[in-house]
Amino acid sequence: MIETKEHIETNKEVLVKVEGLSKKFCKNLKRSLWYGLQELNPFKSHLNDHELRKDEFWAVKDVSFELRRGECLGLIGHNGAGKSTLLKMLNGLINPDEGKITIKGKVGALIELGAGFNPILTGRENIYNNAAVLGFTKAEINAKLEGIIDFAEIREFIDMPVQNYSSGMKVRLGFAIAAQLQPDVLIIDEVLAVGDMGFVLKCFKTIDAMLPNTAVIFVSHSMPMVSRICNQIMLMQDGLVKFYGNDTSSGIDLYYSRFAQTESNLLFSDNTIELKHVSLLKAEKNKDNIYQVNWMDDFNLLFRFKVLKPLKNPPIFQIVIFDKEQRPVAYLNFNDDNSKIELNSEIMEFVVCHKNIQLSKGVYTVDVVAKRDRTKGVYLRLNSVLTFQLLHDLDIFPPFILNSEYKLLDNE
Amino acid sequence: MSLDVKIYQKENSISLKKQLKACFKDVKGSLFLAKQLAKRDIKAQYRQSFLGIAWLFITPIVTSLVWILLSATGTVKLTDTGMPYPLYVFTGTLIWSIIVEAINTPMQVTNASKSIMSKINFPKEGLLLSGIYKMLFNSTVKILLLVVFLMIYRVGFHVSMLVFPFVLLGAVLFGTALGLLITPIGMLYSDINKIVALGLRFLMYATPVVYIIPKEGIMKTIMEFNPITPIVLTARDVLVGFEPQYLSYFLIVIGISVPLLIAGLLLYRFSIPIIVERISG
Repeated sequence: MIETKEHIETNKEVLVKVEGLSKKFCKNLKRSLWYGLQELNPFKSHLNDHELRKDEFWAVKDVSFELRRGECLGLIGHNGAGKSTLLKMLNGLINPDEGKITIKGKVGALIELGAGFNPILTGRENIYNNAAVLGFTKAEINAKLEGIIDFAEIREFIDMPVQNYSSGMKVRLGFAIAAQLQPDVLIIDEVLAVGDMGFVLKCFKTIDAMLPNTAVIFVSHSMPMVSRICNQIMLMQDGLVKFYGNDTSSGIDLYYSRFAQTESNLLFSDNTIELKHVSLLKAEKNKDNIYQVNWMDDFNLLFRFKVLKPLKNPPIFQIVIFDKEQRPVAYLNFNDDNSKIELNSEIMEFVVCHKNIQLSKGVYTVDVVAKRDRTKGVYLRLNSVLTFQLLHDLDIFPPFILNSEYKLLDNE
Repeated sequence: MSLDVKIYQKENSISLKKQLKACFKDVKGSLFLAKQLAKRDIKAQYRQSFLGIAWLFITPIVTSLVWILLSATGTVKLTDTGMPYPLYVFTGTLIWSIIVEAINTPMQVTNASKSIMSKINFPKEGLLLSGIYKMLFNSTVKILLLVVFLMIYRVGFHVSMLVFPFVLLGAVLFGTALGLLITPIGMLYSDINKIVALGLRFLMYATPVVYIIPKEGIMKTIMEFNPITPIVLTARDVLVGFEPQYLSYFLIVIGISVPLLIAGLLLYRFSIPIIVERISG
């Protein structure tokens, strides 16, 4: 036992060290090529490199971090935040303009799986080519060939030209080859999105198995995946580091806050009714105009509609709660004849009550649909009529913390 | 086990010695990769073709036929070449095509691998080497055709023929060095490719490919100055058993090509990240 522990301790050397890394790009192609031509001069002085020339901007600015063996850094940010540029520098594809990267050990990059596959050649032939590009020797490929074919689950089609493969099959084959790498540093750039669910799970199992002996840098827009495998997080925005630390959930929250929609969207209306007011009763708003709700509070939504055309029966309301990833997480049971909705006046006002809300920590939005009956005849469809934040000490990924009690087995 | 350490940063001074060492290490390390890539390209090229490898013969044969026709019909009056004219034309166009291929290959393989270069870090020397492998494969096929030609024209066996492969290697060396030096700029600006193609078309007429060097005049000076002239002439001379007339110029050209090739390799290595950055894959 002690020996294993020591082994793990000594293993934790820093594998990736990035200090003050910056990279500039040029917005104008003609000018970019001209700058490139000047840089082709190996004897050019680099004194003015830290200044931006015309049409240039910092794609990555002043990024620093350290990653040890066994750690996984989640790199998140919106499109164009500089993530891929950073990865390209880490992988040695392009050179930094400022700063320094020190990488120890073998680097494996899953940037685009199956890059360099030749469509005319068969899967088997492409295994040899792709593996050779990744740095395998012939003997290694021969030894691993069967394993690769089995992992990709495409034995039946292995001698078929790759041009007839589906995109999922190509990704399978690409991952199966790259998975044989056993790198010290693994760079993953949103490559697993194409495969089907079963294969994605298989890939994650493989990555999980590599993780203890590898320093992983993982780029993804899928926060569930990031929160599952990363123990460090870096949020980038416009080339700058907005957040970096071990507190992955804070980083993810910050990422989502950029998308937070506080504006309500009218998707459809046939001008029968109009939403006038919606609010949460007995809940405070924070400075960003978001309701604060404690776990196990009663959730009381007040709606006020203006009725524009006379209605025979009250509409059926579908109220759905979405989480920050726009996943629907809960459906508030619809109204029926026993519900107290009055149609007497021009204003239709009611409260939807849900006792002891048990959603987990996070920001949620509410969508509303009003229909003539349960299956058809939509009057009104509104997105994000209200945003609220659920407060709880526990930070978990599942959408609910269901109130539970642990007790002894009752013999009755 | 000690781990290999890589450092990426903007270097203020480039250590030539270090770069050279790394370059040769990568050349050695990429032999299998190069073979694999060459195999891939050759297979893929001929799998989607009905005539397949015959295309290697067709171009030089057609070029030769045109000149043979021009000469035989008297459309063009040519000075006696000292050997059967078809043999002269055919050896000339074949050697010329090998040199042209050598000049074009570095740029062509780099261009074809743009997308993979922007995604995977692998020794780019493997690419160049695969280009040379492909070139040698094509040249071997062409030489086989040449042997058939020599037999048809009853050119007997000479000891000097044994030197021919080395002359050819010299031609490949010269062409590759030249091609490598223009590749970085050529990758950025497509103009280079067009200029080279155009330039080579004119250069062929300033090289004794389809006719001999005139006895006097400005053309004589140009052709004798042209560094490809000694390569073509030496190759042809050793093949048919003549005394190589331009041997010393040939050796000078090859001698200069060696340092040029090394400079080209270093420049290529240095410029790849810049090219990957500026052009999309």
